[in-house]
Amino acid sequence: MYDAPNPATEVGQQDIKITAKDVQVYYADTHAIKNVNVDIVDRAVTAFIGPSGCGKSTFLRCINRMNDTIDICRVEGDIRIDGDDIYDKRVDPVQLRAKVGMVFQKPNPFPKSIYDNVAYGPRIHGLAKNKADLDIIVERALRRAAIWDEVKDRLTAPGTGLSGGQQQRLCIARAIATEPEVLLMDEPCSALDPIATAQVEELIDELRRDYTVVIVTHSMQQAARVSQKTAFFHLGDLVEYGDTEQIFTNPKDERTERYVTGRIG
Amino acid sequence: MPVFWLVMIVLAIAIGGYILGRGRALAGAGGDSRHLHSLPNYYGSNVAIKAVAPAFLLMIVWLIAQPIFVSSQVAGDLPDGIVADGSSMSLVMAEVRRTAEGINAAVASGAMSPEMASSGRADISDFTTRLQDAGQIVTATITQPILNAAQSYRAMNATGNLLMTGLVLLLALGGTVWGLRESYPEFRARNVVEASVRALLIAAASIAILTTIGIVLSLIFNTIEFFRIYPASDFFGSMTWSPSFQGNSQLGIWPLLWGTLYISIIALLVAVPIGLFAAIYLSEYASKNVRAFAKPAIEVLAGIPTIVYGLFALLTVGPLLMGVFGNDGLGWMQSGTAVMTAGLVMGIMLIPFVSSLSDDIINAVPQAMRDGSYGLGATKSETIRQVVLPAALPGIVGAILLAASRAIGETMIVVLGAGAAARLSLNPFDAMTTVTAKIVSQLTGDSDFASPEALVAFALGMTLFIITLGLNVFALYIVRKYREQYE
Repeated sequence: MYDAPNPATEVGQQDIKITAKDVQVYYADTHAIKNVNVDIVDRAVTAFIGPSGCGKSTFLRCINRMNDTIDICRVEGDIRIDGDDIYDKRVDPVQLRAKVGMVFQKPNPFPKSIYDNVAYGPRIHGLAKNKADLDIIVERALRRAAIWDEVKDRLTAPGTGLSGGQQQRLCIARAIATEPEVLLMDEPCSALDPIATAQVEELIDELRRDYTVVIVTHSMQQAARVSQKTAFFHLGDLVEYGDTEQIFTNPKDERTERYVTGRIG
Repeated sequence: MPVFWLVMIVLAIAIGGYILGRGRALAGAGGDSRHLHSLPNYYGSNVAIKAVAPAFLLMIVWLIAQPIFVSSQVAGDLPDGIVADGSSMSLVMAEVRRTAEGINAAVASGAMSPEMASSGRADISDFTTRLQDAGQIVTATITQPILNAAQSYRAMNATGNLLMTGLVLLLALGGTVWGLRESYPEFRARNVVEASVRALLIAAASIAILTTIGIVLSLIFNTIEFFRIYPASDFFGSMTWSPSFQGNSQLGIWPLLWGTLYISIIALLVAVPIGLFAAIYLSEYASKNVRAFAKPAIEVLAGIPTIVYGLFALLTVGPLLMGVFGNDGLGWMQSGTAVMTAGLVMGIMLIPFVSSLSDDIINAVPQAMRDGSYGLGATKSETIRQVVLPAALPGIVGAILLAASRAIGETMIVVLGAGAAARLSLNPFDAMTTVTAKIVSQLTGDSDFASPEALVAFALGMTLFIITLGLNVFALYIVRKYREQYE
C-alpha cells in the first residue's frame, strides 16, 4: 500500500471493490443471512448497522471467509473481490485473509511484545527480506495506526499491557502490517471508552484513503460519523443500502426509518 | 460402653435438642417465624452444635490421651529388671496389652468370670490355659508381673472409659441446656451457625496441613536417625549401592538417583511429545464426535493400575525389545528388564497426564487469540505454534512437571520392568533400579527397623520428597514468570 494521499474519496465515483450476490448463510438449520446483494465501494467506509442478531457480523465474516473456521456454518451465493470469486475452490482462504484484514470487537493482541504483534503477519507471509525491512514495516504500520508515538519507546513491552484503546489501535496496526486491500472491522469500538473511540474513529477516517473499510457497528452516530455508505440489516435481510446521509435523513424503507429513529432495535 | 453407642447417644441428644430448640424459639416468637432473628432451623442447629461439639471434642482428646496415660502408669509400676536382654520396654508393654485384650475376649466369651479376670491372686497356669482355651494368642506362660500389669491395665482402662462416658454425656446434656436457654427470638443463631461452619472448614484444612507436617517430620527424624548411624558423606558420596544385612553395607544414593532420572527422562521423552500432540489434535483439529470418543479413551490410560503397566512391561515390552536389541538382534540388551522397558511403559502411563491437562489449558486460550491470528491469514498450525502454544505454555510446563513428579515417584513399573540391579551406566538397555523400588526392597522382609539398611529408606524418601518439592517450586516459578508477561 502507498502512503500517498488520495483526496478523491467522494462517494459515488469509485470502483466497486466487493460485490455480493444472493448470499445465503446457514448455521446448522438457522438461515442467518437471506439473499444479500451489495456492492461495496473501494476506498470508502461502509457501515453495517442493524439490531443484534440481524446477521451483519455474519455477513462481514463471509468477506474474509472467517466463517470457514466454524464447522456448522454454510455459505452460499457469490462474493467477489475485484471480480474474483473468493469462494472459488482455487482460492486459499488463508491467502485471502492476508488480503482482507480483520479487526475484532474486543482488542485481542497476542501475548507477545508490541513489535512481535505487528510483525506477526509480515513474518508469516514473508513480507520482509531482513530485520531492517521488518523494522520499517512495523514502524509504518504503527504510524499509520496512529499509535507509533505512544509505543515507539517500548516496542518490546507486551501488547497486552496497553490500554484498551491502544490495544485496539495495535490490532489495527497488526492488520494493516500485512498490507491488505480491505479492512473488516467488527464493532471495533464497542469495548472502548469515548476518548479511545474518538481516536479509533479518527483513524478509520484516515484509513479510507488507502483501504476499503467495512465496519459493523451498533452505534448509529458512529455509522453517521465515519461512513460514506451504510447498509441496514434486519433479521438476516439487507433492508436498505445507500449513501450514509440518505439512510439517516431520508430512508426509503419503513423499517430503516424506525431503526434509525430508535423505534425498533 | 463402646464408643459407637456413646456417639449414637450424643447424636440422639443433639437431634432432641434440635427439635426442642426450634420449638422453643418458635414458641418465644408466638409461633410466627418472622419475629425471630434467624430462621427456626438455625435455633435448632445452634442447640445441636452446642450439644455435639464440646462432647465430641472431649471424647477425641480423651481417646488419644487415655492409652498414653494408662501405658505410662502401667509401665511405671512394672518392676525393674522385667526388660530382658535383647528386648525392649515396648515389647514388654505389647505383651501386657496382648494379655489384657486376651482377658477381655475371654471374659466376653464366658471362658473366664469377671471376678477371676480381675483377681489379684489368680493362678497363672490356670489363667494361661483358660486364655488358650478361649482361643487367645498368649505366650506360653504369663509371668506374674505381666499378669498384674495386664490386670491393672484393664482396670484403669475400665475406669477411664466409665469416666469418659459420664463426662461426655454430661457435656452433651449441658450443651443442650445452654443452647436451649439461648433459644429466644433476639438470639442471633444464624451467626453462631455461620461461625461453626467456618470452624469446621478450618478444621478440615488444618488436618490436611498437619498431616503433611507430620509426614515430613517423621521423614526428617528418621533421616537424622539414619545419618547418625551411617555417614552422610558416604550416602551422598559413594557410587555403590550394595546393602547387606550382615552389616558393612555400601549405601550410596547415586546409582538409584541415576536410575530414577534416566527412567524418568525416557518416560518424559515418550509422554511429552505424544501427549502434547494428542492434546493439540483433540483441542484444535478433532471434530466434536472424534473428541467425544477420543478424550475419554485416552483418559482410560490414567485409570489402569500401575501394576498392570508393570505386567505389560515385563511380559510384552521387555520381550519385544529383546527381539530387536537383545542377543538375537543388535546385542545391546542382556535381559528384558531394562531402563528402556520401564521408561517406555512409564511414558505410556504418563500420556494422559500430559494430554488431558494440556488439552484443558489449550482450550482455555481465548478464541479471540485464534480469530486474530486467522484474520491475519495464518494457517492452523502457524496459529497453534505462534499464538496458542505460547499463551498456554505456563500451563503446559505445569503439566509436564506434574508428569515428571509422577515418573520420579513411580514404583510398580520399575520393580517389574527395570530390574533390581543398582548400577551407574549410560546404556539404556541395561537393567537399573530406582529410589522407589529400593525403598520397597529395603522395607519388605524381616529387617530390623533400627539398622541402617532399613532406615536408609527414610533418607531415600526424603531425597525423593525434596526433588519433587523442588520440581513443584520450579513449576510455580515458571508459571508465575510467564503469567506476569502475559496478563
